Amino acid sequence: MKKDAIFIGVEVDDRVASDAAMGAKLDEVCPVNIFKGTESGVDIVEENIDECVLCGLCIDAAPAGTVKIHKLYSGEVLPA
Amino acid sequence: MRFFEYEAREIVKRAGIPVTDYGFTTDAAEAKTIAERIGGPTVIKSQVLTGGRMKAGGVKFADTPDEARQHAEDILQLEINGHWPRGVLVDPKAEVKQEYYAGVVWDGTAKKPLMLFSDMGGIDIEQVAEDHPDHVGRGHFSALEPFHDFQAKQVIAAAGVTGKPLQRLTPVLARLARLFLEGDMLLAEINPLAELTDGSFVALDAHMEMEDEGMPRQKALIKALGIGAEEGTREGHTPTPFEEAVKAIDAADHRGVIQGKDTGFHGNIGLVIGAGGGSLTLTDAVRQQGGKPANYSEIGGNPSVAKACGLAKEVLQKDGVEKIAVMMSIVSNTRVDIVARGVIKACLELGKDPGETIAIFRIPGAWEDEGFKILDKYGIEYCDRSVSLWDAAGRAVAKIQGEVAA
Repeated sequence: MKKDAIFIGVEVDDRVASDAAMGAKLDEVCPVNIFKGTESGVDIVEENIDECVLCGLCIDAAPAGTVKIHKLYSGEVLPA
Repeated sequence: MRFFEYEAREIVKRAGIPVTDYGFTTDAAEAKTIAERIGGPTVIKSQVLTGGRMKAGGVKFADTPDEARQHAEDILQLEINGHWPRGVLVDPKAEVKQEYYAGVVWDGTAKKPLMLFSDMGGIDIEQVAEDHPDHVGRGHFSALEPFHDFQAKQVIAAAGVTGKPLQRLTPVLARLARLFLEGDMLLAEINPLAELTDGSFVALDAHMEMEDEGMPRQKALIKALGIGAEEGTREGHTPTPFEEAVKAIDAADHRGVIQGKDTGFHGNIGLVIGAGGGSLTLTDAVRQQGGKPANYSEIGGNPSVAKACGLAKEVLQKDGVEKIAVMMSIVSNTRVDIVARGVIKACLELGKDPGETIAIFRIPGAWEDEGFKILDKYGIEYCDRSVSLWDAAGRAVAKIQGEVAA
């Protein structure tokens, strides 16, 4: 699952996107409410994507490589 | 917080400064009763938080109680500059020998209270200071150390007052100075302070303004004056739609803080500015370089993208604004990239090209490298801390004026 706003894009691997426990964890760690945990996994809240502060907490909370943050203005991707 | 004259008189009275035997009422029949009690010619004064009462017919003289009632009835129905009167003040028409001015005001530049005294009262002190500077005594005093009467005496003497009036006026100005300190005032003014034919001194009119932040400490006084919490600070003007909109955006999101004012601004340069006094400095810089700001604003405290966007959108939607200047002093808490996202988003949502709409972006500090990447992407002119606020303001003005000239 990948959703883009104006400046930031958020990509979540399908395994994480359908994992309710991981969804709850992402919901908890994101300081700007980009992730909303659901019974079936996680939703990305589009209106909050551009509020991303590039803190990397979502990346650290999920298994390596399953959550990526795209800086649409520079083409860079976190984690690098 | 501003006070009506009848409240200011009460404050003065509580400070031990003599006042006339006045009365306040909201009822014309009671105005007659007060005039009967006073027992002589009276002055009926509208109680409004605006100037120009005399010109508007809000101050009338009455020789009899019946006349006082009639004037009160007329004045209570008279709107002055958009303000309906709270009531009327019925005052004895005093036999005045001479009118003086006594005031204490907060001097923001010296960061100390400033006493002002003149033997030419009853008119604007600014006018007296300009036309007759030798008739105005001035003196700062400490807001921390105890106030001494001799400080008041020096100021009165500097206005050329000597002898018995000097002796009698000294405690009046000293009490006004102490009232100013103890009452958390920004302005405490008696004008005119009248010397009556019997040689006594009374306050014939008073004007008080309390610092808003001092209000919690002055609850007892505010309550004693019968002022309810619902009256707030009695802000001097009705907020404009721009000011209301910015306030609502700020209230809707706890992150960061924004403020916007546009009362009195009619220019074409929209300002999204802030940081540690940066707003005032930048507004002055734009003006001194010949620019005409469309607004004043403050942004800081690490606002969200939505909040920065909201402020920029409101500024951009003001009449006459085609470009905005986004400028701040060096930021540490607020993030450059977040503000950049916000102002660019505002342009895009309004269908404007950010590169054309943002005249200059000068916010150095936290996350500036990330911010500069965003600005590069949208072709926005930006600068770092090596460009002063003055020069950045100059660039914005030149860009906007150049476009107007072309």
